[in-house]
Amino acid sequence: MTTNTAATNPAADLTADPAASPPSVGPLRQGDASGSGVVVAVPVAAAKPRPLPLLRHSLTLAKRSLIKTWRTPEALIDVTLQPVIFLVIFVYIFGGAVAGSTGDYLQFLLPGILAQTIAQGAIAIGVNLNTDLEKGIFDRFRSLPIPRSAPLIGAVLGDVVRYVLVTISTFAIGYAMGFRIQTNVASAVAGCLLAVLFALSLSWVSVFVGMKVRTSGAVQGIMFLLVMPLSFASNVFVPTGSLPGWMQGFVNVNPLTHLVASMRGLFLGEPIGNHVWWTLVWCVGLVAVFLPLAMRAYRRKV
Amino acid sequence: MTTHHDLVIEAEGLTKSFGTTKALQGVDLSVARGTVLGVLGPNGAGKTTAVRILATLLTADGGHARVAGHDVAHDAQRVRQSIGLTGQYASVDEDLTGRQNIVMIGRLLDLRAPAARQRAAELLEWFDLTDAADRPAKTYSGGMRRRLDLASSLVGRPEVIFLDEPTTGLDPSKREDMWNVIRSLVADGSTVLLTTQYLDEADALADEITVIDHGRVIAHDTPEGLKRIVGGQTLEVRPSDVTRLAETATILAAVSAAGAPEESRKGLLSVPVSDGDALSATVARLASAGIAVTEMSLHLPSLDEVFFTLTGRTSSDTTEEVA
Repeated sequence: MTTNTAATNPAADLTADPAASPPSVGPLRQGDASGSGVVVAVPVAAAKPRPLPLLRHSLTLAKRSLIKTWRTPEALIDVTLQPVIFLVIFVYIFGGAVAGSTGDYLQFLLPGILAQTIAQGAIAIGVNLNTDLEKGIFDRFRSLPIPRSAPLIGAVLGDVVRYVLVTISTFAIGYAMGFRIQTNVASAVAGCLLAVLFALSLSWVSVFVGMKVRTSGAVQGIMFLLVMPLSFASNVFVPTGSLPGWMQGFVNVNPLTHLVASMRGLFLGEPIGNHVWWTLVWCVGLVAVFLPLAMRAYRRKV
Repeated sequence: MTTHHDLVIEAEGLTKSFGTTKALQGVDLSVARGTVLGVLGPNGAGKTTAVRILATLLTADGGHARVAGHDVAHDAQRVRQSIGLTGQYASVDEDLTGRQNIVMIGRLLDLRAPAARQRAAELLEWFDLTDAADRPAKTYSGGMRRRLDLASSLVGRPEVIFLDEPTTGLDPSKREDMWNVIRSLVADGSTVLLTTQYLDEADALADEITVIDHGRVIAHDTPEGLKRIVGGQTLEVRPSDVTRLAETATILAAVSAAGAPEESRKGLLSVPVSDGDALSATVARLASAGIAVTEMSLHLPSLDEVFFTLTGRTSSDTTEEVA
């Protein structure tokens, strides 16, 4: 092997020679006896394993998503402007016809728009992961001693910020238009939390589709086809009772129906029935089915 | 295969198919501790597939491999604790800054936040990225991205480093820089498996070279041994004045061990040389004879020439099979 003894610039256009002036590496330097110290091979991982690896690594990767969100604020349009536009359009165009007055319809519609936007917001994660996966960074993740599911869980957790933003912008425009909570703050917060939880659960469907199909456009298309009937064949825009009987069968099992009914109960004090429980059952079911499916698809997609 | 305690990478009979494409058809590789193995082959030979199997990104269809004492199929997490991987295209997150990239890897390797930040500062400094540390990686040049990628793979002080075509796409001066980085990694005790399409790169860095083609090992030797087979350096000279071709040939014959030069292209004489002084000797003799030249070069056989010698066909026959 050729040894270039004149090589005093080991790293690119370096001016310092690490072999001559080893940088101080402090407490990390356990176990290495010689060499420059910066890269020395230590035959164990860099640090002792610490508990709860899945949670910690997922949170580290969620932070990555947050940084990316922060860098590309235009990607937040679907969760900030969309609820505003939908509320304005539906309340002022259909309000009079559907509910007799725009004010009554706003009270009725706001929980529905929140649920609809949150369901549509879940489309983005599948689209993003589909393109992300083509990039080298996922090779890096696969070569690290972290749980294989951590990058996906991290991405889903990072989306919490998006869902919180949806909630804030929906309530902000709603309040400006005259929406008022009829219960109390605790109930309202519980309703919002339920919506965010549902969004995180629905995300796994999007992640699964994102892992399964080849292009991000296809992810968008498939998820849109799924989310549209969920939003419209539901109690989001009109009361279930006004729908044809054959459709009510679907509407009554539709998870968005349960979510919206739960929120109407928690925001407006309407009878809440078993809707919260059914919403939670849907959340558990979605995660139980689609998280493993998404993981399996992720492992195969190399 | 007898397990040798000093082998850090040992692979036997690796096979892998993608659909009907046989990317690997029984590849054996072995790398001793603290050495560099160069895996030489054209695009589509199966180099990247082999690296991805050894780095636990892919599962082999057949054969087995141990890296740092652990089976890549059954003990993948242990293997991952011991390796660093730098891919053909840089595995960095372009939306994150250089520093954020490295800190994230540190955190994923279970460093506490202050330790991860310290490690990042250290590596950024070492790779001359301190000034660019807080800019998103998407603003980096190709060379900077490679350096960040390599820095990211060194966060955990890996025992074994996989470098998949580390200099492809770099301009010559950056290539030389990268070579020096790799040399200092080895000087620090790391074991390196490096894939390349260039014999000169393998020759410059590797202790041993495995040549693969169509998913099979077609040669394994030291650089010296390989050069004995495929021929060493060739000196090429083109005199400005074609009428002085014969005189030039006489001078070249005198410096070459192999005797009379051949006219490889019109007006261009080429002769195999073994002696490192051949170039300067030739220059001196040409100068004293007053022969001006328009072209003069000293080079190792290209991959095409290596393949032609080893297989009887050119490597371009084999390209574009599996990336």
